[in-house]
Amino acid sequence: MTREQYVKPTTDEPPGRRDLRPGADSCYKCSTCDVHCPVAEVDGDFPGPKFQGPEQWRLRRKEGSLIDPSISACSNCMRCDAACPAEVPLSQQHNTARAAYVDESVPRWSRTYWRNKLLANYGRLARFGALTPRLSNLLMSNRALRWGLARLLGITEQRSFPRFTPQTFRSWWQERGGAAIEHPEKRIAYFHGDYANYNTPAVGKALVRVFEHYGYEVAVPEQRCSGTPMFANGMLADAARAAQVNVESFSELVEAGYDVICSCTSCSMALRQEYPELFGLDGIETLADHTYEAMEYLRIHEDLQADLSEARHDRASLAYHAPCHARNQGLAGQPIELFAAVEGIDVTDVGESCSGISGTYGWKTERYDTSMAIGEEMFEEMEAAPGETGLTECPTCAMQMEHGTGYPVRHPLELVADALLDDSA
Amino acid sequence: MMSVEDEVIVIGAGIAGRMAALAAARRGASVRVISHKESTLAHASGLIDILGYHEDDPVSSPYATIKKLPPGHPYSHVGSDGVRTAMDCFDRVTTSYCGGHTDSNALVPTIGGRLKPTARYPESVAPGLASRPVDTLLIGFETMPDFHAPATALTLERIGVPFDVRGETIRFPVELRPDAGRTRLARALATDEPVDGGGCRSALAARIAPVLGDAGRVGLPAVLGDGTTDGIRESLADHLGVAVFEIPTGPPSLLGHRLKAELTDALQAAAVRIETGNPVVGHNATDNRIDAVLVQRSGDAVPYAADRFVLATGGLVGRGLRADRTTVTEPIFNCHISHPSDRYDWSEPEAFGDHHFARFGVRIDEFFRPLEDSGAPTFRNLHAAGAVLGGADPAAEKSASGISIATGYHAGRVAAEGAT
Repeated sequence: MTREQYVKPTTDEPPGRRDLRPGADSCYKCSTCDVHCPVAEVDGDFPGPKFQGPEQWRLRRKEGSLIDPSISACSNCMRCDAACPAEVPLSQQHNTARAAYVDESVPRWSRTYWRNKLLANYGRLARFGALTPRLSNLLMSNRALRWGLARLLGITEQRSFPRFTPQTFRSWWQERGGAAIEHPEKRIAYFHGDYANYNTPAVGKALVRVFEHYGYEVAVPEQRCSGTPMFANGMLADAARAAQVNVESFSELVEAGYDVICSCTSCSMALRQEYPELFGLDGIETLADHTYEAMEYLRIHEDLQADLSEARHDRASLAYHAPCHARNQGLAGQPIELFAAVEGIDVTDVGESCSGISGTYGWKTERYDTSMAIGEEMFEEMEAAPGETGLTECPTCAMQMEHGTGYPVRHPLELVADALLDDSA
Repeated sequence: MMSVEDEVIVIGAGIAGRMAALAAARRGASVRVISHKESTLAHASGLIDILGYHEDDPVSSPYATIKKLPPGHPYSHVGSDGVRTAMDCFDRVTTSYCGGHTDSNALVPTIGGRLKPTARYPESVAPGLASRPVDTLLIGFETMPDFHAPATALTLERIGVPFDVRGETIRFPVELRPDAGRTRLARALATDEPVDGGGCRSALAARIAPVLGDAGRVGLPAVLGDGTTDGIRESLADHLGVAVFEIPTGPPSLLGHRLKAELTDALQAAAVRIETGNPVVGHNATDNRIDAVLVQRSGDAVPYAADRFVLATGGLVGRGLRADRTTVTEPIFNCHISHPSDRYDWSEPEAFGDHHFARFGVRIDEFFRPLEDSGAPTFRNLHAAGAVLGGADPAAEKSASGISIATGYHAGRVAAEGAT
């Protein structure tokens, strides 16, 4: 995003969406967002969401003023959106300010720029990594390489890279011949994103099996990353390119009567909220209006709750963490409610704290300590909860949970599939 | 469609909504709370006022004074005994509140140097009550510009508190930016963050000790811990040899935040489900009876069915009421809101005048059901509570949390009992 775009609302866009002025004006400085900000709580130098949003926007009105660098310490957890009683579009202001900051103050030749570019475009790398998964996994755990990445780019050595699977979700999907069920009305288009495709295809497979169990025709159209890591790194042009591919690909299906289903709550957040806030693409609003998280959709259209209450599962105790982005979509209590009824499954809610990793944030050497300090409360709650398995919808929250406790972490859809379907065990 | 079905649905998760949910759940109802955003409890002082002022005079005995309030005031539907029952419930479900031992208001010093008449106060505030004639030292921090301890002390002295009071500004022992968030200070104390080889609690005490003088108690702004104050006050008191208390702050208020956390624990213990993130945008009704409220999820307005509903969405600040230049509305059920047709009659010229807008809100019957202009209930199974109610000026009366607790509790009770 250029300075021009950030300062001047694009008047040819629908009013109230991209124009940040009304949002900046409706902030009455109550600072509730600052109380809910997990970064401000542990980082005494971080001025908080109120400053990053309405105040940076206003300071910027002055000719020649630059975005304050502290914007890059915002993790894009979007807690401030949920906290604001005055409907200030805080995360939208943060996303645009961050993009303006990268544009004007982060040199293209700098280490930070290239590191962030690399992290933001993880999906592009993963495409190559997944071609030779064993070699990639070997390389990514190579200590010399990790040392180099840390020194050269500032990617922390503390974490282990997610492993590539021998077979991607899309390749499995092709191999099985695509949809196993046809239906003239019950049709969904699966937005798997990069992570379920390259790293956790079991989640995608569980989704397909559960929706087919309910008689849905599943489509898996061409797609790119949702853009979440690009927003968070101020790479809005990259995000716009990815969004364009996704909007075109999925809009066609939406017009043909499909609804769009995500298994990752940050992907659904991007499609539902960030896309229409940030990009003026044809069909983007319609796409947002037809996008749902998988279990949310089944609760609306099927009696998932009742079916689960008759289901049985091998004894399992899990500690559930609600990702911040799930929380903002009203999904935080969902797995707790759903699994309360399943015989054998015992799920404990580990509370309202943020996991702290926020996608690529916790991978940056200079953010690692902040990320772990935020996560501390969640780690403690997980350890206090019965069982030694984690449960969450978000792939990077899962990384953080595993990193902080050593627990394996499952996705709720896998549990739903286990409970409802005999063959998926 | 949606399989969600409950006996009672409460819309809004502020004090009123939470008390309604608790009262209903304690009567055995299955209860769901739906809230669009986090509540505005971070604006709340964390003090529980029943009635602090009546006709511009401070109130010493709120229960007795409630009887003097005009008909149409939210308390008139509850009565003095009804407020007492609701406060009993509040006292039972919370763990850190004091003041229930007496019917009289306590006087709590505020960061502005005033004394606030209040009915309940957190135990961390208790040692600072103005009724205790103990010489007092107030401590402010350089990084917290909205609390100037010497000025506050001077104001307290001028209004004639029965003890000596001094104020000192010191540096917080952890390195902070000039206006660091209160949660940052709270967290440093909660985790006893290491500074210079020791913990920050003892480092803070070491900075207070040289200015302590003859003071018998020390007051700090309410940042002593993010979740609870457990151990922090005690540890400072041990180091200093005098009592330590918190002074309630304006927003963002950690005392309000802690109150929210306490009520959340109580709701969880009562198996109440809370859902935050999506707005209630409308309702389905047949024959004067609501079948379901509609929750916006992407392009769908998803029906949430229940037998009874409690409207606890707040007033103009909490967005339970909406105002434009011509009308004031209640957006979910379109309940009737009486107001002058000329908006220049909504307010008085004086800033602290007797503003009409302060009393805007829903009018209710004895079952807490919103009423039409005609006096008939809007719906048979809709009840309302808290700041969405009209007829009171809570800011002037200092009655906001009391009204929320009392009407919330009884609206929830009536909803669960199905008294309609």
